[in-house]
Amino acid sequence: MKNAPAFGKQSLPPARTFAWIAVGLLLMTMVGCAPVKPWQREQLADSIMQPDRDPMGSALIDHVYFSREAASGGRSVGGGGCGCN
Amino acid sequence: MCRHNRHIVSIFIALLLMPLMPRLCAAGFKKGDALPDLAGFKLEGKLPDKLKGQVILLDFWASWCAPCKSSFPAMEELNKLYRDKGLTIVAVSVDEKRENMDRFLKSVAVTFATAWDAGQKLVGAADVSAMPTSFLIDRAGKIRFIHNGFRGDETIKQYKQEIELLLKEKTP
Repeated sequence: MKNAPAFGKQSLPPARTFAWIAVGLLLMTMVGCAPVKPWQREQLADSIMQPDRDPMGSALIDHVYFSREAASGGRSVGGGGCGCN
Repeated sequence: MCRHNRHIVSIFIALLLMPLMPRLCAAGFKKGDALPDLAGFKLEGKLPDKLKGQVILLDFWASWCAPCKSSFPAMEELNKLYRDKGLTIVAVSVDEKRENMDRFLKSVAVTFATAWDAGQKLVGAADVSAMPTSFLIDRAGKIRFIHNGFRGDETIKQYKQEIELLLKEKTP
């Protein structure tokens, strides 16, 4: 090969590769992911957005699972059930 | 590395830094800034006739924000204590629906001015970092103190110290 680079000389990929990576990154910055400002949190602050709106109801359901299915936890709570009560 | 490649690497680094630009160039109201004319933000509600030369407490609140609501009795107390000495409180609601603001305001009878930032333009310009956020503005119209959040007695104590300091200053 007449124009082949010398060994160890071409340490960086060709310019075109960089250009494509740059275009890809540019496109990445254009997609979504807009931060929600503090004054835009009305919907997020709604009680319906809370996973546990009825603590007593949740406790009763947990007790049912614990008693009938020998299952406990599963709500980010540790522990296992023996099904003995 | 040839010159052409160097340029491309520079562009590559610039693109990597691009997502950080909004944070680096954050606008919003800062200490020392002059308070812009509130009339330009089309707030709904009656603003006090006289703001010039007054010490102003500009508070951004919302009916869905618990600390905002708990700050109302404190602001009412401040208003009663200092209004005759030159304090004007303007509480700007950033609620999306006006009826939510009205419902809350009916439950608390306040004597200071309240307004609705219907298009959230003023709060957008202020670019507050927390709810509630309040700005204390001196008689010259400059923002002197900023409070992010409301922490009960601690915040009330700070408000009183700062308001008294600003009230002592002469009108320019």
